[in-house]
Amino acid sequence: MATTTTPSPVVTTSIFRRPMSTAGFWSWVTTADHKRIGILYGYTAFVFFLLGGIEALLLRIQLAGPDGAFLSAAEYNSLFTTHAVTMIFLFVMPVSAAFFNYLLPLMIGARDVAYPRMNAVSFWIFLFGGIFIYSSLIFGTSPAPVGGNLPGGGTDASFLGSIPNGGWFMYAPNSGLEFSPGTSLDYAAVGLQILGAASLISAVNFIVTIFNMRAKGMRLLRMPVFVWMTLVVAFLLLFSLPIIAIALFMLTFDRQFGTLFFVASQGGDPILWQHLFWLFGHPEVYILILPAMGIVSEVLPVFSRKPLFGYPAIVFAGAAIAFLGFGVWAHHMFASGIPTVAQAAFGLSTMTIAIPTGIKIFNWMGTMWGGRIQLKTPMLFSIGFVSLFVIGGLSGVTHSIVPSDWQQTDTYYIVAHFHYVLFGGSIFGLFSGLYYWFPKLTGRMYNERLGKTHFWLMFIGMNLTFGPMHWLGLQGMVRRTWVYSADAGLGPWNLVATIGAFIIALSVLVFMSNWAYSKRRGPISPPDPWDARTLEWSLPSPTPEWNFGKEPVVHSLDDFWHLKYEPVEGGRVRRRDNADELVAELMDLHANPEEEIHLPAPSYFPFIVGLGVFIVAYGIIYHTRPWGIPMIVLGMLLAVGSFMGWGTEPLEEIHEEHDDDPGHDDHATAPASDLAGVDD
Amino acid sequence: MAELAHDPYAENALDIMFPPPEGGHGGHGHHESTGIDNRKLGMWVFLSSEFLFFGALITNYLLFKGRDFGADALYPVELYDIPFTSISSFVLLMSSLTMVLAHSSLARGDQEQTRVWLMATATLGLVFISGQFFEFTEFVNQGLKLNVNPAASAFYMLTGFHGAHVVIGVLMLLSLWGFSIRRGGLSEDHGMNLELVGLYWHFVDIVWIALFVIVYLIR
Repeated sequence: MATTTTPSPVVTTSIFRRPMSTAGFWSWVTTADHKRIGILYGYTAFVFFLLGGIEALLLRIQLAGPDGAFLSAAEYNSLFTTHAVTMIFLFVMPVSAAFFNYLLPLMIGARDVAYPRMNAVSFWIFLFGGIFIYSSLIFGTSPAPVGGNLPGGGTDASFLGSIPNGGWFMYAPNSGLEFSPGTSLDYAAVGLQILGAASLISAVNFIVTIFNMRAKGMRLLRMPVFVWMTLVVAFLLLFSLPIIAIALFMLTFDRQFGTLFFVASQGGDPILWQHLFWLFGHPEVYILILPAMGIVSEVLPVFSRKPLFGYPAIVFAGAAIAFLGFGVWAHHMFASGIPTVAQAAFGLSTMTIAIPTGIKIFNWMGTMWGGRIQLKTPMLFSIGFVSLFVIGGLSGVTHSIVPSDWQQTDTYYIVAHFHYVLFGGSIFGLFSGLYYWFPKLTGRMYNERLGKTHFWLMFIGMNLTFGPMHWLGLQGMVRRTWVYSADAGLGPWNLVATIGAFIIALSVLVFMSNWAYSKRRGPISPPDPWDARTLEWSLPSPTPEWNFGKEPVVHSLDDFWHLKYEPVEGGRVRRRDNADELVAELMDLHANPEEEIHLPAPSYFPFIVGLGVFIVAYGIIYHTRPWGIPMIVLGMLLAVGSFMGWGTEPLEEIHEEHDDDPGHDDHATAPASDLAGVDD
Repeated sequence: MAELAHDPYAENALDIMFPPPEGGHGGHGHHESTGIDNRKLGMWVFLSSEFLFFGALITNYLLFKGRDFGADALYPVELYDIPFTSISSFVLLMSSLTMVLAHSSLARGDQEQTRVWLMATATLGLVFISGQFFEFTEFVNQGLKLNVNPAASAFYMLTGFHGAHVVIGVLMLLSLWGFSIRRGGLSEDHGMNLELVGLYWHFVDIVWIALFVIVYLIR
C-alpha cells in the first residue's frame, strides 16, 4: 500500500535530511500515516499476544495435575504476573489502539488524525515500554525476601523468575522493597508508567480527532458506534491514567527514594494503593471491553442485513458504563476490610452497571432479531462475543453481592469471570474486527473455512479452559497458587482447562496461517465486500495513502449504506439499480484524487522520543549507579530535543502528481541524485 | 427502518456526497468541526487530565497530613512560613498577569513588548521555583526529610510535582522567548504556541491557588 503514491520531494532545512523513503524499513520508522501506525500497533501487539499466550500455556502445564513440578513457585509468580501485564497492556490495549488508528479517520471522513506525529510518538513509546518490561528477563533481579524463602526454592538464579512477579495489581506491601527486593518490580512500575504516557498521548489525540476532524455533516449522533466507543475509551484513559500515574510514582518513590507511602510499619497505608489502583483499574476494564463492543456494533448490523437496533441507546449506554465505571472500584476490595456502608454502596453501584450493559446486549439481540443473518467468520466471532460476554457479565453481577464476593475473592471463580469478559468478550470482539476489516487492510479476502475453523476451535477451547474454573473456584481453588494437592479433588477439571488452553493455542495457529496466506495469496476482495454501512468501505482497499480523494459530506447515520439503498413502500428498502456503478465510481474517485492533498510529513523524531524515554527509564531504575543519572540526562535531552527538532520540520507535505511546489521553501540541500530513489 | 421518507441520495448521489466547494479555495484546508484550533482543544483536553493528576496528589496529602506517626513525629504543617509562601504565591500569581500581557502584546503585533513580558513571566516563574527550593532546603535542615514519615513524603511529592510543572512551563516560555528574539519575531503560528503555553501556565497557577489554600492555609 505504500507504493501507490509519489510524495513530492520536498527538502527543507532540518537536523536530519528529510526522510524520503516510501517503502522499506525506514519508511515504517519515520511514518506519520495513521494507517501504517495502526498496522505497526497491530503486529507489535500480536507478538506480545503470542508471548502472553506462551506464558499462559506454561502456567496451564504446571496446573495440569496435582503437585505440578514443571515450574518453581517463583517462576509461577513471574509468569502469571507477566501474562496479565502482557495481555492487558501489551495486547488488548494496543490492538484496540491499532483499530482506533486505522479506522477512526476513515470512519469520520478525515485524512488523518489531529496530531500525526504525536500519534507516532505514542506508538514508539508503547513499543519501547513493552521492550523495557520484557528486558527485565535479562536485567531484572528478584531475590527472595530476607527471612522468607519461597517454597520451590531459588528465585534469583531462575531465568523466568526475574520478570515482574507482584501480580498486575502490584498490591502493597508485597510490592515494597521489604517483600520484593531486587529490580524486577521496578521494571513493572516504571514500564507501566511509560505505557500510560503512550496511552495518554493517544487519548488526547483521538478526542481531538473525533471532535475536530469529522467530515462536514458528520454530527456526533451520525458517527459510527465504533467511533463513539473510541471517544468513550479515550475519556476513560484521560481520567484514569493520571491516577495510576500517581500511584506508580508513589510506588517508585517508595522503592527508589525511600518514601513511606505504603510501608505500614512506618505509618504508610497499603490500602491506599488498592484504592488508587482500582480507581484506575476498574475504568481500565471498560477500556479493554468498549473497543470490542464498538467493533461488534459495526459487525452485527452488516451481517444481519439490518440497521443497528437502538443506535442512540447503545451510544448512551456506552457513555453510562464509562461514567459508572468510576464509581465501582471498591468492589475489588470487599475483602480488604473497608467499612460496611462503603461495601453496601459499592455493591449497589456495581449492580447498576448491569443496566447499561443489559441495554447493549438487548440492542444487539434486537439487531439480529428478524435479520437475514449471514454466518461469516466476523459474525460468528461477534455472536460469540455477545454470548460469552453475557456469561462473564452474569458472574460479574454475583460479585456485587458482598457476602458472596467474600467467598469468591481470590479464587478461580474470579479468574473464570474475567476471562469470560476479557477473552470471551474483548478478544472475540477484536478477532471479529480483524476478520471484518481484513479486506480493507489487505485488499484480499481471508479463507472463510479456516476462519470458521479458528472460531470453533477458539470457542470450544475457551469454554473448556475457563468454564471449569467456575467450579474450581467454588470448590475453593485459590488463585496465584502454584500447586494444589492431590486429595483436594481439583485434578480433573484442571486437566480439562489445560487441554482447552492448548486448543486455543491451536486455533491461534490456524488464524496465523490464514492471515499469512490470505494476505499474499487470498482472492482479490471485491469493492465493498460485505455491502457495509460505514464510510471506510466507500474507499478502495487497501486504503490509499490519502484516504479520501475527495472529502465527503455526510447526510445521515450509515451514510454509505443510504447511498446504496433507497426507501420503498411499506417502510422497506431496496438496493438501488445503479448501486454497483455508484460504488465503482466512488472507488475510482478516491483512488485518483484531482485536488492537491497534504499528507503528514514523515519524521525521525517520534522514534527518537521513544528511544529517549526508554533510556530515561533505565536511568531511573539504576539511578544509584554512576551511569544512572547521565542516562536520565541523555534520555531527557533526546526526548526534549526531538520535540524541539520537529518544530523545525514542515508539518505536512503535499501529494501531487507534478513537481513544482511553490508552497514550501525548497533549499535543495540534497543533490538531485538523492531524490531519484523516491519513486520506488 | 419504519420511516425513511427522506432519501438524501435520490438522484445525483455523488454530487450530493461531494458538493462543489464553497468559496472556491479548494477543499484541502483542514476544517475544525468545533471551530476550536486542534492544538488548543488538545491542550484543554490534556489539562482536564492534569486535574485528576493533582487531585490524586492532593487526596494523598490530605489523607496523611493528620495521621499519628508517633509522639516525636515532625509534620510539614509545623514548619510552614506563611508570610514567605504568601509572597512566593503572589509572585506566581503576578506571572499570570505578565503572561496575559505577553499574549495581548502579540495580539497587537508589538513584538518588543511580547519579548519583555515573556521574559518577565519566565523570571517570575524562576523566582517562585527558587522560593520553593529555599523552602525545601529549610525544611530538610529542620529535619523534615523526604522519608521521615508519609506526611512529609506526601507534602514533597505534591508541591514537588507542582514545581516540576512550573519548571516545564519556564522551559516552554524560554523557548518561545528564544523564537521571539530571532529576526521577524514570533509568527502567527507561534502566536498559537504562546496561547497554549499561556493556557498551561494559568492552569499551573490555578493549581497553586488550590495548593496554597489546601496545604498551607487550612490547618
